[in-house]
Amino acid sequence: MGTAADVAAVWRIESARIVAALTRFTGDFGLAEDAAQEAVTEALEAWPRDYPADPAGWLMTTARRRAIDVIRRRVALRDRYALLAAAAPLDEEIDPETIDDDVLALMFISCHPVLAPEARIALTLRVVAGLSSEEIARAFLVPVPTVQARITRGKKTIAAAGIPFELPPPDERRERLSSVLSVLYVIFTEGSTATSGDRLVRPDVAYEAIRLARTLAALLPAEPEVHGLLALCELTAARFPARTAPDGSPILLEDQDRTRWDFAAIRRGLAALTVASTRGLGPYGLQAAIAAAHASALSVEDTDWDRIVVLYEALGRVAPSPIVELNRAVAVAMATGPADALRIVDELIATDRLPGSYLVPTVRGELLTRLGRRPEARAELELAARLCPNRPERSVLLRKAAALD
Amino acid sequence: MPKYMLIMRGTDESNAAMMASIEEGIARTRQFIDDLFKAGVYVAAEGLDDPRLGVVVDFSGEAPVVTDGPYGETKELFGGYFLLDVASQSEAVEWAKRVPAARGSKIEVRRVAGDDEVPEV
Repeated sequence: MGTAADVAAVWRIESARIVAALTRFTGDFGLAEDAAQEAVTEALEAWPRDYPADPAGWLMTTARRRAIDVIRRRVALRDRYALLAAAAPLDEEIDPETIDDDVLALMFISCHPVLAPEARIALTLRVVAGLSSEEIARAFLVPVPTVQARITRGKKTIAAAGIPFELPPPDERRERLSSVLSVLYVIFTEGSTATSGDRLVRPDVAYEAIRLARTLAALLPAEPEVHGLLALCELTAARFPARTAPDGSPILLEDQDRTRWDFAAIRRGLAALTVASTRGLGPYGLQAAIAAAHASALSVEDTDWDRIVVLYEALGRVAPSPIVELNRAVAVAMATGPADALRIVDELIATDRLPGSYLVPTVRGELLTRLGRRPEARAELELAARLCPNRPERSVLLRKAAALD
Repeated sequence: MPKYMLIMRGTDESNAAMMASIEEGIARTRQFIDDLFKAGVYVAAEGLDDPRLGVVVDFSGEAPVVTDGPYGETKELFGGYFLLDVASQSEAVEWAKRVPAARGSKIEVRRVAGDDEVPEV
């Protein structure tokens, strides 16, 4: 007991509660995060020699002391009276009645719209999920100093903007929640379709998002879209075991061995979708419903493509986006044939709504293949391969293009 | 997503201690499960009924033999489990230490074998 792994494990469980409670005590998110990190550093030093009986309590007490030290130094340096007033709540203990709201407030502040998107992700993973800068750097394939700089800048931005540590007021609630959901979804998609690099799926990154979504669902049980996001993540992650061949190359949905899907995850996803459906589905709920239509089908042929087309149409109304249009085209191709789908894709190209995306020529290439227009299909798939940033996917595209010779 | 099972192994002593303050035990277990939920790690949890109500199917001989009740000499009996999605074995162990288990019982921490045998983040 007392190794770095033990410290990391306790920190994973406690980070959100400790940083949340300290932010409430001090009213200063940046100070709370610094103090908590100092406590972790001290634990790495102290625990191998003397493992505490209550490691979670040890971290909290040490972090509080460090926070008090910083406030005392500031008091010595600056306006004594004003800061003493701010320091008064430090006498309070963790309040079990408010800690859930404090953890929620922590998620909201880490995902605040005033922050750059990269800072939101880094702060959420560090303070709420309890990952180290090294782990975040590895997850997002960026250098460690980049992650550290994002976190430092993020904390400064929050201080400079004077963001209060509280649950968002009713008039900001919708926007603020949607920012939290989008941060979690970006983390999830980074794991489920690695945007660059040699690996197609990084399940551990996706897992962090699922874990955070579950926490959010437990803390905000009455928000349908939180359950919608959780359902979407669970149902998508259920396919991970079947998505990659032993050599690392991607296996498309139509070719996946569906017996390898994680059926426990599908059940959890369907359960979350049921909760999300109580008051009409939002964008995440609709995407989850689409994933559920795939998850409950025995094969591509058995899939209810008409339902999926209707769901994409609904999604296009509540959250219009060219990617949704492209996906609708794929569903239309399955429901009524490639000719109808090609019209949707060509409309996207005519309006130049997805410039530079490899997805447009990928889909167009598939549709042209199905229509028997092989030379055009081949040119499209080769274009898609040139634009595709992910190596395993690129190889699949080149293989398909070569097969059209 | 590594999954770990925390397997509750009770003894006569720990089962008696648990039954002596069953109301408190249930309340503390509910609180523990609530903590697992809020941490996003809960997958499943079940408690098993009285071992004397169970039967054992024994494959020592040519054909399976069915006997009543718990299996003979064993001092520790499987009483229930928590199934968790956690980041590491260390985290599973940290959760195991927080289970409101009765004195004298043990918790075995075992990784669930699966398709996700990939290095940690």
